Amino acid sequence: MLTMKKFALPNQSGPCRVLSFDDKCVGCNKCVNVCPMDVMIPNPEKGEEPIVVFTEECWFCGGCVQECPVGALTLVAPAKQRISTIWKRKETGEEFRVGMTNPLPPVTTPPSGNRK
Amino acid sequence: MNWHEYVAQTGQVPKWPYELGYDKETVISCDVLVVGGGVAGCRAAIAARQGGASVVVMDRGFSKRSGEGGAGVDHWHGAVTNPCSKVTPRMYSEAAMDTTDGFTNGLARYIIGKEGYDTLLEVEKMGVQIRDEDDEFKGSIFRDDETKLMFAYDIENKHCLRIYGYDIKPCVDREMRRLGAKVLDRTCVTSLLTEGGRQGARVIGATGVNDRTGEFVVVKAKAVVISAGRTNRLWGFAPELTESQSMCNLNQTALGNTIGWRAGAEFIGMEMSGRAVLSGLGYAPYSTGNNNNTYQGAPTVDRNGKDVYYANAYGKLLYDEADIFKASDEGSFIIGHGIGLDNGYKPQYRITTTDPELWKKVMAGEYQQPFYNDMTKLPATSRRMIFGLMLAHEGKCRVPIYKNFTQWGFDPDKDMLQYPVQDYSRFPIDTSWCGPENTPANWRGGGGGYLVDWRLQTSLPGLFAAGCGPIFGHGCHGESHTSGRYSGRQAALYAGQNDAVEPDAEQIRRERERCYAPIRTNGDVGWKELNYAIAKIMQDYCGDYKTEHTLDMGIRRMNDLFETEGQRMYASNPHELVRVIESLSLCELGIAYMEAAKARRGSVKGLGFFRNDYPEYDEAQKKHIPISLKDGKVHTRDLSLYYHLEAPYSSDLEENYQRYSQA
Ligand SMILES: Cc1cc2nc3c(=O)[nH]c(=O)nc-3n(C[C@H](O)[C@H](O)[C@H](O)COP(=O)(O)OP(=O)(O)OC[C@H]3O[C@@H](n4cnc5c(N)ncnc54)[C@H](O)[C@@H]3O)c2cc1C
Ligand code: SF4
Ligand code: SF4
Repeated sequence: MLTMKKFALPNQSGPCRVLSFDDKCVGCNKCVNVCPMDVMIPNPEKGEEPIVVFTEECWFCGGCVQECPVGALTLVAPAKQRISTIWKRKETGEEFRVGMTNPLPPVTTPPSGNRK
Repeated sequence: MNWHEYVAQTGQVPKWPYELGYDKETVISCDVLVVGGGVAGCRAAIAARQGGASVVVMDRGFSKRSGEGGAGVDHWHGAVTNPCSKVTPRMYSEAAMDTTDGFTNGLARYIIGKEGYDTLLEVEKMGVQIRDEDDEFKGSIFRDDETKLMFAYDIENKHCLRIYGYDIKPCVDREMRRLGAKVLDRTCVTSLLTEGGRQGARVIGATGVNDRTGEFVVVKAKAVVISAGRTNRLWGFAPELTESQSMCNLNQTALGNTIGWRAGAEFIGMEMSGRAVLSGLGYAPYSTGNNNNTYQGAPTVDRNGKDVYYANAYGKLLYDEADIFKASDEGSFIIGHGIGLDNGYKPQYRITTTDPELWKKVMAGEYQQPFYNDMTKLPATSRRMIFGLMLAHEGKCRVPIYKNFTQWGFDPDKDMLQYPVQDYSRFPIDTSWCGPENTPANWRGGGGGYLVDWRLQTSLPGLFAAGCGPIFGHGCHGESHTSGRYSGRQAALYAGQNDAVEPDAEQIRRERERCYAPIRTNGDVGWKELNYAIAKIMQDYCGDYKTEHTLDMGIRRMNDLFETEGQRMYASNPHELVRVIESLSLCELGIAYMEAAKARRGSVKGLGFFRNDYPEYDEAQKKHIPISLKDGKVHTRDLSLYYHLEAPYSSDLEENYQRYSQA
């Protein structure tokens, strides 16, 4: 964060993030190459995670997430959409959302269908 | 990481990672060129290869996931010849014509009816699951136990199927490549080549620019299929606000139509108007409580758990799940939503929707917001069908909804999804995620497309149309596969009967100059600035208020923008260059839309078209007004809405189909 202060950077456009890469990323660029919008470019450093350049061109199709062989990618909806997608537990009345602190454990039921 | 982080961490701006080829020109020849590798384009390529043609596909994105259909599908419409269906191809075509007062595509709808289900059976062979093979939904009212097919919208007539379509695009893409179609990914088509370089002549190829290398590509072909999808960026352009999180993506510029307009093809229905859907200004698609489309049948309750009911087209409340999936009139059928019949359905064809009195009841204090989508009330199979099947396979749902929701603990067996708190008096609650204010009244998106004949050939010889956008009055996932498959077959036949013609070198040279101007001019206008200005003109001059005078003003403004700022564009890399090329093309397309709106001197309901200087709805306006460029000038004529059943064609749908579909 300190390094951020050293440079004159313009504001980020609308969605700041779009994708988050975790430590599992091996920099194979499969996500870069499947993206229909060409939102990312490969990192100049081989083996490092790609760089998201055109954030506001992402259309949130999730193609890159699905393509990642190691499950390193998460699609991050903009905050205004995270905060407006709410569900309520019928029994208890508690409210939850994507991106909340202290979430419930994941539900692991796979989607319907028998193709992998 | 994103760009800002990279710069902040390294103190360096990343260099463009791909080798630049601005001066490189690649020339390729083939029998059939497919412009746009969406589902329609992939199917066209497959059919043309099966017809023995050599095939090149140019796709703006990467065809494995590109296009509207690249992110998945859960409804397959128009499968009227499936063994359970009570709808016939004739009923399908005639109902579509009836419900739009003739302003749809009677011949394309018939072709869909004839071939839509066969087209689906082919994707089943390519690896897409279309049946409940594992008997997960056994006993459900939506399933036929013999065929294991599952139905949406209308469980009596059974012509719209629920499918496991998340990976449909990778499957058709793989098949297309397996059959040997040559795919030029990341290549944005910029123009059509015509015989002698003349407007209105036979189409013999196309040019394109690669969005990574900037390389120029020339493809010579005996026949060309246009399947480049519909437009998005013309009225409703706001990527910083919507985060493109809408039903459209930024590659959707209908450039496939613009290049045909420039080449002199005839278009119809361009004046059609409807509220643009830019759902990202509201909420992420499918992310909030609603009870329509993919969620059809999901119960709604208010803050206190009080039930909100569905109603049929006549306002009769429906208390039984099965009744939600039945037509409102005895003997009729529900056509289904999202197939390009945008200007209202007659009651007998309509889907069931929320109690029309709901808002009044809210104001009277009978109901309190927020509403919730409460799937816990459903039978377990129905709940699983909505969340496990439909929401896991529908476009843009697998990752943003199914994966992300469950990862954060959403459980449809226990949780209720909240509807946005909104003023639903101005907007149907059914599609709550579109948001009432997301598209101001004057942001009206256009329809329209190429005028096609029974071969799906346009008015230009050798140019065929397929899919959503290129073909007027047609449009959904299954329909696009089907028209693509049909067009590809026809294009291969045409290529077999016509020799190759060498393109005009001057036409190619001029196009190359035009495409590279933004990297030579060193201008000061970026593609987004131009695109915002284009959208502003369309919103102001081709919105709700339209007169001859204001449309003329709009055309003048667009020309001015094109000739002034449009000549001062910059592009710092090929990606931006292609966005500039697209944006400039939108100026041309906007003018075409405004010319079409000018050419219709009257108002007509079937097109949702209203002119303030001709405010009466006029019976005499029930006609097509094909519009084209001839020698650079706008040319229009009148055409019957039933041209597909008039001379030189037979008055019988089936006879025409038999005559033209295979030969
Ligand atoms: C979220 C979502 C859910 C949907 N769900 C359903 C559903 O359940 N059922 C249903 O029937 N329909 C559904 N639809 C609609 C359906 O996806 C479309 O009707 C269908 O994909 C249209 O197919 P197409 O091939 O005509 O166009 P597209 O799929 O949009 O393909 C167009 C292709 O053209 C390419 N292209 C564009 N411009 C150029 C250019 N200049 N040069 C080269 N290539 C170019 C693009 O890269 C793209 O690959 C949905 C749409 C969305 C967005
Ligand atoms: S979600 Fe889709 S558009 Fe966005 S980066 Fe991933 S592949 Fe590209
Ligand atoms: S596909 Fe996965 S592993 Fe490969 S670069 Fe992308 S995030 Fe990293």
